[in-house]
Amino acid sequence: MRSLLASAFALGLGVFPFLAACGDDEGGGDTTDDGDDGGDDGPGACGEIEGSCIELEPSGDGTDVDLVQTALIEAAPGDVILFHAGVYELDTGLSLDVSGVTLRGEGEAETVLSFAGQTDGAEGLLVTADDFTAEDLAVEDTIGDGIKVNGGARIVFRGVRVEWTGEPVEEHGAYGIYPVQCSDVLIEDSIVRGASDAGIYVGQSERAVVRGNTVELNVAGIEIENTFDADVYENIATGNTGGILVFNLPGLQVQNGAGTRVYDNDIFENNGPNFAPAGNTVAQVPPGTGFVALAAHEVEVFDNRFADNQTVQLGVISYHITLTKWDDPDYDPYSDSLYFHDNVFEGGGDLPSGLLGPVIRAELDALPEPPAVLPDIVIDGNFDPEKVDAKTGELLEEFSICIVGNDGADFFTLDFDGADFVAPNLDPTPHDCDREPLAPVVLEGVPL
Amino acid sequence: MSRVGAAAGLPLPLSLVAGLALWGGLAAACGGDDGDRSDDDGGDAVDAGLPDAAPIDVCNPSAGEAVSFDPAAEPCQLLSSYRFFTDGAAQLPNQGVVPYDLNSPLFSDYANKHRFVWLPPGESMTYSPDGVFAMPVGSVIIKTFSYLRDLRDPGAGERLVETRLLVHRADGWEGHVYLWDEAQTEAELRVAGGRVPVEWVHTDGEPRELDYVVPNTNQCKSCHEASEVVTPIGIQARHLNRDLDAGGGPANQLATLAEIGYLTGAPDPTEAPRAPVWDDPDSGTLDERARAWLDINCAHCHSPVGPARTSGLDLTIGQADPARYGVCKAPVAAGSGSGGRLYNIVPGAPDESILIFRMESVEPDIRMPELLRQTVHDESLVLLREWIGAMKGECGPPE
Repeated sequence: MRSLLASAFALGLGVFPFLAACGDDEGGGDTTDDGDDGGDDGPGACGEIEGSCIELEPSGDGTDVDLVQTALIEAAPGDVILFHAGVYELDTGLSLDVSGVTLRGEGEAETVLSFAGQTDGAEGLLVTADDFTAEDLAVEDTIGDGIKVNGGARIVFRGVRVEWTGEPVEEHGAYGIYPVQCSDVLIEDSIVRGASDAGIYVGQSERAVVRGNTVELNVAGIEIENTFDADVYENIATGNTGGILVFNLPGLQVQNGAGTRVYDNDIFENNGPNFAPAGNTVAQVPPGTGFVALAAHEVEVFDNRFADNQTVQLGVISYHITLTKWDDPDYDPYSDSLYFHDNVFEGGGDLPSGLLGPVIRAELDALPEPPAVLPDIVIDGNFDPEKVDAKTGELLEEFSICIVGNDGADFFTLDFDGADFVAPNLDPTPHDCDREPLAPVVLEGVPL
Repeated sequence: MSRVGAAAGLPLPLSLVAGLALWGGLAAACGGDDGDRSDDDGGDAVDAGLPDAAPIDVCNPSAGEAVSFDPAAEPCQLLSSYRFFTDGAAQLPNQGVVPYDLNSPLFSDYANKHRFVWLPPGESMTYSPDGVFAMPVGSVIIKTFSYLRDLRDPGAGERLVETRLLVHRADGWEGHVYLWDEAQTEAELRVAGGRVPVEWVHTDGEPRELDYVVPNTNQCKSCHEASEVVTPIGIQARHLNRDLDAGGGPANQLATLAEIGYLTGAPDPTEAPRAPVWDDPDSGTLDERARAWLDINCAHCHSPVGPARTSGLDLTIGQADPARYGVCKAPVAAGSGSGGRLYNIVPGAPDESILIFRMESVEPDIRMPELLRQTVHDESLVLLREWIGAMKGECGPPE
């Protein structure tokens, strides 16, 4: 509804540029913007775009929130908001509710949206729109989450950095890059550091590709939660409490996610302290965790390198072992239908910690010949009674957890029945099987 | 063409003076420009068909005293243009601008609220026993936020801070915020939000002060949105079913609205639902009052169709499943908001309940509601502590 004139009037914008803009429009009416707004950068600053090129510079006088938030409110579909290099000092969370808008910086090191002085807003930027792209900019030191996208379709993060500077502490925001209830999400070539929950968190979404990112010093590096069809590849996860997590949690609108491929990632030295506030599920992740599947289904983990994650390099658990109460008849708390193959394991398991690490170590020590370090792959062995062979107690073939070709990786199951560890053992043979590989994720409306 | 982009790099806020000068200049230079953005003016056929700049007429109404509002026009810069009030400073409504109140209101940092509804002449709302009444295009809901100088003495005067308009356009509801000036003579359109230092004498006689946060236009949606569509909240039978004394003695609001032709299809108020008054024990049980408070303060987000649907926490008054309204429900994405507590509500243990922790906090990443609350609402905490304290049961591990 909003027109140029009303917007200008509402904002009290300067006279000169507008007179020029009016003049341009006299003849042709609505035209594609050429990006030349009388600024210094000429037509090329935004490139060929559908809408207007809205160029911003840091004000340097404490009014950046007005500048940026107004641009976000006034933006129209097809617009690019170009953040020229510099530090934008923002004391209030921002929000974008217009679809088809691109926020573009001049590089994650050059364009910084700093929320170090933030006193209001639960995240740095909240996006409630479709067809959103953020690229080549950084968001730093938000009070809560970094960039949250709630209910958007076709969401792209490219070359974005979200970081909490300074030592990892509980006061850091929970999530760095945080699409939730979204579809067709691409997160690539981005960096997240210091999140007190997950650096990159894809929640309750469908069709996501998370690739080429670096996540470090977070509690969870990458977390795929209650999500259908995600590809997570060529990422570097290091220095987190846990590197990559695939979770399903109860009580949510999008339930029992499935179909995640985790491959070609480098998951090493995720031995950071767990600084997540208690009560959050990730607060239970032991420092030294490479990968964990929790109540997960149809997950394929292959061709990754796991190195020196000091509790468990690759783990599988049910929700029961979290000892957290839940009341949701539609929730499947078990993990099954998993395929782990052709991964490389180096080191690890030598300093089990957190709540679960010492428990696993104690169960190992009760064996006749306990291994010196925790095995590379540890499962809790807590299976859905309706999915196991009544005689063997193992998962039926359809629901099997197959572990093959992992270059001599060793294995341990806690054989947890929901109350007790029945007969923990090191025998991998029930998991010597193959599963049908999962199909690559294809995003609808987002080119890969 | 370029819009905001034209002013790239200009510091904001920019002066109103410049804006006024611009308006004068553009009125001549750019008449007819309005509505030419086909990409965001899709629903604006009426506007686009006008030969000249329609907003100028609406915002500079000719002689007369009636309300001047056109749902197809852009928002006016000055609130007074609409003539919703005969005396803005005193919040005296014009003809057709009808005051109302709610049984249990949203807490807004101890701000006082003046609520009004205006309907186009001859139009009416359609009663519904549940949900928001159907309202005609052209309806305006007007809410002025003010601070009483002394909460113990409403007669001691007040300072108006902002007036929010929720206007029903042909393509949906839209929120606008007008900020009152120091002199209290005029309120001016404000898009980007802001802060206003306010002070008052509290119920205990102590002076209080805070930086009142004025929402930006997007933040209107953080409350007024369901299924991603902007919607009113208070205009519902159960919220309105109460007496109001607008000068002529107390009268039931539903009856009044029906009587003046603003509401059709309404039953006798005794037949209509009625939400409890959260702080009036005579109006409902402890559980009913607590749920009513949570409904109006939280359920605009925490519902299956609200922005906080992603949390799985549903605080709408109709939710009957305790696990859904938080009892023994583990948090999902609470971050610091968990406060180290394990469940949203632990029966009998308010101090172990995340819900209480978040209501007691004013930290932006912890507090609930997360926006526009700078201070703790002590009185509702008493109610919710009592409510949780009276609950039976426990949150043990799963069986």
